[in-house]
Amino acid sequence: MKANTHFAFFDEGSKKEIRRAIMKAVAIPGYQVPFASREMPIARGWGTGGLQITLSIIGKSDVLKVIDQGADESVNAVSIKKLVNETTNVELTEQTSEATIIQSRHRVPEVPLTKGQIIVLQVPMPEPLRGVEAKEYMTKRMHSEDDYSGIWLMLFEQIMKYGKTATFADHPVYVNGRYVMAPSPIPRFDNNKMHQSDSLILLGAGREKKIYAVPPYTNVESLAFEDYPFTVESFEGLECHLCGSTDIFLDELIDQQTGITIHQCNDTSFCMDQLNKKEKAEVQTSYA
Amino acid sequence: MGYVPVKGGTQAIDASIQRLKYERLKDQDIIEIETIMSTMRGMVDQVMSESSLYSPYLAALAIKQAEGSMEEAVFLMRAHRSTLPRPYYSQTVEPEKMLVERRISASFKDIPGGQLLGATYDYTHRLLDFNLIEENLEDNLQWLQNYHDQLKQIEAFDEVKYFPKVVDYLREEGLFEAHEPDNTSPIDITKRSLQFPTTRSERLQVLTRGQTGAVTSLGYASLRGYGQVHPTVGEVRVGSVPIYVQHPNEMEHSDEDEFYIGEIKVTEVESFVPTTVKNENNEYELEFEIGYGICYGQNETKAIAMSILDQCLEHPESDFPTHDEEFVLLHIDSVESTGFISHLKLPHYVTFQSKLDSIRQVKKEVPTVEG
Repeated sequence: MKANTHFAFFDEGSKKEIRRAIMKAVAIPGYQVPFASREMPIARGWGTGGLQITLSIIGKSDVLKVIDQGADESVNAVSIKKLVNETTNVELTEQTSEATIIQSRHRVPEVPLTKGQIIVLQVPMPEPLRGVEAKEYMTKRMHSEDDYSGIWLMLFEQIMKYGKTATFADHPVYVNGRYVMAPSPIPRFDNNKMHQSDSLILLGAGREKKIYAVPPYTNVESLAFEDYPFTVESFEGLECHLCGSTDIFLDELIDQQTGITIHQCNDTSFCMDQLNKKEKAEVQTSYA
Repeated sequence: MGYVPVKGGTQAIDASIQRLKYERLKDQDIIEIETIMSTMRGMVDQVMSESSLYSPYLAALAIKQAEGSMEEAVFLMRAHRSTLPRPYYSQTVEPEKMLVERRISASFKDIPGGQLLGATYDYTHRLLDFNLIEENLEDNLQWLQNYHDQLKQIEAFDEVKYFPKVVDYLREEGLFEAHEPDNTSPIDITKRSLQFPTTRSERLQVLTRGQTGAVTSLGYASLRGYGQVHPTVGEVRVGSVPIYVQHPNEMEHSDEDEFYIGEIKVTEVESFVPTTVKNENNEYELEFEIGYGICYGQNETKAIAMSILDQCLEHPESDFPTHDEEFVLLHIDSVESTGFISHLKLPHYVTFQSKLDSIRQVKKEVPTVEG
């Protein structure tokens, strides 16, 4: 009774079904397309939406990169990479620029994405209006009626309470001037990378059974008021203690020996790149 | 400066998986699939029901692999389900044609066809049986022999006897509304995700594959006070029903051409719930409605709870959460609830950094960076 799994796990019928949902999502930027999400060999909430997209679009010539919270070797990224690799045998990479498909949880890589690349984001809560309205039936109606007063009010109330908007990750965005969309829990720092992106952005929520997309060169604006503009996480005056990079998203760590707070690139492959470049430069200068 | 790792996840994961395997193997005992199938009936049934995949063999394999963890076994089965092509839908199954093993009604002392107790824990005392520690095959064989001998004294009918539904008897009396059979094809919730408001076929599918504990809890909540459904169990029946599929290519269909592909064991429940309705003269009248529950295998608690929730969801006008279809249907799936709860174990340092930043900014009132 031993069975081999099909290429990319799914049967072809399932893949086709998911690709149809993706096509619709691309055609209506920011609109959440319901799809019959399959149960995956990894748990719901662990990236099954992203994984289903990846498995249904991947071909033999693709090169895959998977990151979780910015790291290529984070436990879940490794697990997902392993599953895709075992069922497809595609090439894996940690180099952002080499990948044709990048599946990511909670980050858009620091290296700008290019034309032809696809970034697949894992989404836990696809509905940006859920905080305003608990019922799916109602939020769907609000989207279709272009009724976003609730979410604007939420931001306004934050300003009243805290003197500024106090959203965390997953700051809602306007896509193509029509749909308000949850960009997935990427930090606010990454929101702007979605605007007029050269690459296709696909977002998949497995448990909530939704797929949505931001096609290349689409306007993506973070929700904000004219007098209270959108702000990103501040890393002013800080740099990576390993590679010295600035203007990137940093992780806050505590040095185990000294107890001092240090900062480090969140994007681990970017950090390695910077370190390698530095080393190369040092070697060259020492020759000169 | 201390060492801060950039890499290292892959090896750690491999080691963790090795350790997991070690835990299963370390006592050097092996449980055979066949042993699980023949001794863990309740668990096999529950796994099949919650994973909505009817295969005692695969369920037993899942239980073995999952070391008896219910949620893990269901998860394995559901994932396997995703790899299977689905070429056919069965013909409508008629539970009247069930080969009944157990069938009781709480509504009447006696019912047409009689109460048939069958195998159940209901009438046992839940005392640990220490004799099972010393159980041996020889004694068991002897017991089985005696049991068969006793059965021989009972006269058997040559004809297969089907049991009428209890509700039919009441329907004749006009206590239940007689509905025309609705032959609309059900929506397959594994092919099309739930859209609200849902149809009854969608609701019943979600309920029947719901996690036993979750379905039971919500059914109980409704019964106890957070709902308006107070049912009487009209009928619980447990038994096997035959499954047929149509010839996929023949244009003309007749019952003769249908293929018998096997049978499944199910528990079916019809609960009677009194409700107030308005009659033609705009007067209030009491009438019975039916709450329906069905699930794979023998799992009567789940099927009864399902029948309560089915009836609740037929009355969305009530304010109780058990009558709210989004509340009930979106939270009772084992794979979804256990998956999302367990995802909290994944690293969240980016999102947490974002929270930290926001809270620090609000506290310090520092000028923020424009994006």
